Amino acid sequence: MILVVAEHANGKLAKSTLELLTAARSLNRAGDVTALILGSDILAIAAEAARFADQVLVAQTPALAQYDPELWTAAIVQIAREGEAHTILIGASRSGREYSPRVAIRLDAPLLEDIISLHDEAGSLHAQRYTYLARVTESISAKAPIIVATIKPGAFAPAASLPSPSEQWDVDLNLPTARLKVTGKTTESTDRVSLTEADIVVSGGRGAGTAEAFTALIEPLADRLGAAIGATRAVVDAGWRPYAEQVGQTGKTVQPSVYIAIGISGAVQHLSGMNKSKLIVAINRDAEAPIFKITDYGIVGDVQQLVPAILAELKK
Amino acid sequence: MRIFTLIRQVLDAEETVRVQNNAVALASSKLVMDTMDEYGVEEALRLREQGAEAEIIAIGVGPARLQDALRTALAMGVDRAIHVETDLALDALALSKVVATLASEESADLILTGGQQADWDSHALGAATAERLNWPQATWTTALALSGRTLTGRHDVDEGSETFTLDLPAVITTQQGLNEPRYPTLPGIMKAKKKETRKETLDRFDVVPTVSFERAEIQTKSRKLRILDGKDPQAAAAELINLLRNEARVIA
Repeated sequence: MILVVAEHANGKLAKSTLELLTAARSLNRAGDVTALILGSDILAIAAEAARFADQVLVAQTPALAQYDPELWTAAIVQIAREGEAHTILIGASRSGREYSPRVAIRLDAPLLEDIISLHDEAGSLHAQRYTYLARVTESISAKAPIIVATIKPGAFAPAASLPSPSEQWDVDLNLPTARLKVTGKTTESTDRVSLTEADIVVSGGRGAGTAEAFTALIEPLADRLGAAIGATRAVVDAGWRPYAEQVGQTGKTVQPSVYIAIGISGAVQHLSGMNKSKLIVAINRDAEAPIFKITDYGIVGDVQQLVPAILAELKK
Repeated sequence: MRIFTLIRQVLDAEETVRVQNNAVALASSKLVMDTMDEYGVEEALRLREQGAEAEIIAIGVGPARLQDALRTALAMGVDRAIHVETDLALDALALSKVVATLASEESADLILTGGQQADWDSHALGAATAERLNWPQATWTTALALSGRTLTGRHDVDEGSETFTLDLPAVITTQQGLNEPRYPTLPGIMKAKKKETRKETLDRFDVVPTVSFERAEIQTKSRKLRILDGKDPQAAAAELINLLRNEARVIA
């Protein structure tokens, strides 16, 4: 079987899970496309998954209330062995990229990491991935009885629903005790559209000037466009914006239809998180800023004057 | 106790990436210690300065020129280095076997490595090494302290961050924000010349790469590069909105 580890948050199946299911189906490998749901309050999520996967395995236990790399590894490895999985697909989220290497090692499987395409060629899996801070596209392959792959969010279209829901099965797991003890949690949530799922992202850098200027410039523009807000590492480090909004090597990777970079010079670490955006707009006072090398539409000038002028123009 | 700090040598972020014969060409490029690994070296030194009695060992697996990055680590204050010399490009899972073997042999208690490699864009080395050793891990750490054999810290997760405690032995992956790596001082550089770098060959580690590399391409998306002069903000704004509405048709 093809085992897909479902990602979910706030009682809902994540869009990334539907993307994993598309990748699983497109492989045309033997066996059911099986979604595994891990958690403590997941019956509604399992019912949702049953509309998309050939079968759903439900591991509902208080022990899985909180994500832990070792618990997730133990659960997935047990299910993969019992179900004789030949392919395991995991989301290339921060957590997925953290536990997937453990799963691969324990199953003695190759790991195709953070891939953007996947196909089976005579039993061997071929994939592409970005490397060198997303500046290079590499083609890789692996052939083994069982292969683990993590799939970059946004690389595959979400799966369409099935004519009728598939069967759900409860599974029992032998779980270890988590060795990493979580003593506190800071969740950064926002009422806006999620950064990684947004169609338009308005992002600001140090060129915005101050925390107050960032808010005054970026928020009204994002509101007007129905966009998510992004920020550079420098802005987050300065405490102007929450970490959840950070785009780049140490933050999120986004590929919206339109990425609007305001006062962002374009360090390679930031570019690696947004250079696959379909259209890039940049406003910066430095004509030599690296961001302009990957810009579709840009303006060289003062962001404090230009952003209000753009907003006024949008309201016309 | 012993702290391993893993050193990878990558293309300097300021250098242009070039592809020749379907592979990234590095022969004539400037290579540096992966920035993410610098945080690991710095953190090991800080844990010792804050009272941990530790020997700090830099571990590198790679070609002869990797010794430059190991020498930088020694000059920063690491005690000694182990260089497993090979020209073979190893994926993270294969590399983790070498690291785990050395960690067992040297009785390491803590392994520090970068959260993401700047060449393979991989996150896997820390977790794969932890799994081989059956150790726990904390990834993407932004704060770390050691008391006895218990680590406390903070790390980034999918949405937001967590504080944690973790008993040694453990693997920690590092990132920007954890610390500000020091520059080697001249006395540090002089001392580094007398420090030991043990050379090893890859043979005895019985490593088989599991992922085949086929080719690398630079697929730069062609951009329109329409850069407007913003001296007249109203005119530039009007032109930009016109382009977005009527040429690209991405906004209403």
